[in-house]
Amino acid sequence: METLWFVLVAFMLTMYVLLDGFDLGAGAIHTFIAKSDEERRLVLKSIGPVWDGNEVWIIAAGGTLFFSFPLLYASGFSGFYLPLIIVLWLLMIRGLSIELRGHIESPVWATFWDGMFFLGSSLLSIFYGVALGNVVRGVPLGEDGYFFQPLWTNFSPTNPNPGILDWYTILIGLLALVALVVHGASWVAVKTEGELNARARRAARIGWVALVALTAITTAATFSLRPGMLSSFSERPWGFVFPSLAVAGLVLVGYFGFRRRDRPAFLSSGAYIAGMMASTAFAIYPKVLPAVEPENSLTVHNASGSTYGLTVGLIWWTIGMVLAAIYFILIYRLFRGKVSLEDDGY
Amino acid sequence: MEDPTLISRWQFAFTIVYHYLFPQLTMGLALLLVVLKTLYLRRGDEAYNVAARFWGKIFAITFVMGVVTGIPMEFQFGTNWAAFSAFAGDIIAQTLAMEGAFAFFLESAFLGIFLFGERRFGQRVHWFSALMVFVGTWASGYFILATNSWMQNPVGYEEVAGGGVRISDYWAVLLNPYVFVQFAHNQGGAVVTGAFAMAGLGAYYLLARQHEHFGRMFVRVGLIAAVIGSVWMLFPTGHLASEQVAEKKPVALAAMEGQFETEQPAGLVIVGQPDMERERIDNPIVIPRALSFLVYQNWGAEVKGLEAYPQVNWPDNIPLLYYSYHVMVGLGTIFIAITVVAVFLLWRRKLFESRWMLWILMLATPFPFIANTAGWLTAELGRQPWLVYGLLRTQEGVSPLVSSGNVLFTLIGFAGMYLIMGLLYFVLMVREVAHGPEAEEEPSGESLTT
Repeated sequence: METLWFVLVAFMLTMYVLLDGFDLGAGAIHTFIAKSDEERRLVLKSIGPVWDGNEVWIIAAGGTLFFSFPLLYASGFSGFYLPLIIVLWLLMIRGLSIELRGHIESPVWATFWDGMFFLGSSLLSIFYGVALGNVVRGVPLGEDGYFFQPLWTNFSPTNPNPGILDWYTILIGLLALVALVVHGASWVAVKTEGELNARARRAARIGWVALVALTAITTAATFSLRPGMLSSFSERPWGFVFPSLAVAGLVLVGYFGFRRRDRPAFLSSGAYIAGMMASTAFAIYPKVLPAVEPENSLTVHNASGSTYGLTVGLIWWTIGMVLAAIYFILIYRLFRGKVSLEDDGY
Repeated sequence: MEDPTLISRWQFAFTIVYHYLFPQLTMGLALLLVVLKTLYLRRGDEAYNVAARFWGKIFAITFVMGVVTGIPMEFQFGTNWAAFSAFAGDIIAQTLAMEGAFAFFLESAFLGIFLFGERRFGQRVHWFSALMVFVGTWASGYFILATNSWMQNPVGYEEVAGGGVRISDYWAVLLNPYVFVQFAHNQGGAVVTGAFAMAGLGAYYLLARQHEHFGRMFVRVGLIAAVIGSVWMLFPTGHLASEQVAEKKPVALAAMEGQFETEQPAGLVIVGQPDMERERIDNPIVIPRALSFLVYQNWGAEVKGLEAYPQVNWPDNIPLLYYSYHVMVGLGTIFIAITVVAVFLLWRRKLFESRWMLWILMLATPFPFIANTAGWLTAELGRQPWLVYGLLRTQEGVSPLVSSGNVLFTLIGFAGMYLIMGLLYFVLMVREVAHGPEAEEEPSGESLTT
């Protein structure tokens, strides 16, 4: 039961990264690929009806994490106190920038919110990567299951009292930024035409080259820092399907990207992200929050909710997710196709 | 300011009070939007549809504010109240996670259709999307209130060896008897806020002699909703809510009423200042025997005062609790008086000429926000000194390793951000009001996002 919920929470987080990932990525590059006010409005319009729904996944994933692993939620959220609150502020700034930009027609107003949208989106992408990096590296959990991490100490991941930011977690942050830039640029390419489409494709291709390099470097860094992560794969070799998915996705992003096939390229970048997320989850299982002192780690067994609660939860969770899937399919079908400013249909 | 519990309480109180200014308006307006769309479809009068678009725009801006200020609420359970989350997460996270699964996905999907899809999908889909937004916002309210009700009146749990509780009866938690009264009372409060906002803006347009056709419509629709909502807040829901407090938390009731001593019969304190040093009410104006009657429907019943309970279980801020309760009840009474008189004038077809009444309606707009806030302060201060009533004290629930300096840092950050957001919201509202509904004649506005 605990393992099932581990998979479900990992699934929801992956859905979040896949869905909100492309609008985060779009935000991180829109000031570079969209030059005029019209083009920027097109980028915003491509995510306009869906971004809020995409972001609901992080709230829903947070709620599900809280309910299935209450001790992980309590320990992790209080331990990452400052970065989490900063993430909240960034989420707020970013949400406002998307929604408020169109309300006043003034170049100053629009440019200000464009800047905020860029800042919020790119910093959030980096912070999410840093968070994942912290989980992989491990946190200084005490015997009582709590920890508190400062933003940085000496930037070394081997420090017994590591900070949120060290060279390893920053590296993962950059990887996340580049991965989401590729994902977002591919999305913008799917949704637009002409000049903007061409620039989005170019951004995706440049991003892809950086992504290949960063993926190789971070993989090497991860296994040299945490050789234990390999053991999950050697014990259960079927798990190699996840890294294989990531590699295949990465190769196909490049393949389709250079052949100008936007939709397959976007889907491939999704496969890459899903593969990377699944590989990480697979590698840390059965831990949910590895500790610097391995015996203090939180695992699916010592951090989970009660069996009765998890069983009941499975019923409503399934119903809720089926409903959510229906809404999402509906919304994405209703708003499918390229965006343009003339036929705005509302 | 070195007590992390105190600063975490300030941060939660500040962020939740600020947050709830927005959902109370959107939950009320969501209902009124359905009313306007329904009137349009049934009567075929295009003006109702234009009005729905106009209020849809105000709804959308307010909704965004509610969403962004709402995200920190769920996170703060983990960041600032980790011990509470570990203690009760098996229960409260059920209802919080259900809010995400059942309310947020629904809201976000149908709000997209409501704002972006009127021309593309036609009127029936547009009406349905308004209905679903209403269902989503109110469902969201239900799950949050179910969470709060469990903290006020814990049910369906069993204690776990080594501290903490776990869920033993799912339906008991979801259908906590406490939540029905809370939900009925709270949603009524949201309707009052939305209805006064609509009537108040209509009154403004009439007084300013702008958009007068819409001004009359807003006053009419808003006022009818406001009078129903205002009466509903007193009876039955307000009455049931105080009975519930009297039964489950008599010590909180005594503090709310300023009842220091046990009396038989007990009078109702209308005005007066709690004097905690001398444990009495200064400058009291009291209606004799009224409290006995209100609580027990018996003019001679005994009402226990604070002295009957151990001081460690007294709410820790009795004066603020007392004032919050009295502000809520006082404003609620005034709302009934205003709306009943205004509806009478409307019925006699004199309202739109009675400019004094329009002035009152316009100036009344902010007061439901204050009444709702005071109501929530009453509920939450009345829960003190417990985080989970009778099970976990507030200072036991705070995160063990988060220092007061870190919390103060984020509290100051929130204060700064919310100040700027409040200014932005104000500017955008002033603009929408100045544009007026007539700018919404065309179903496409140029603007991109809303």
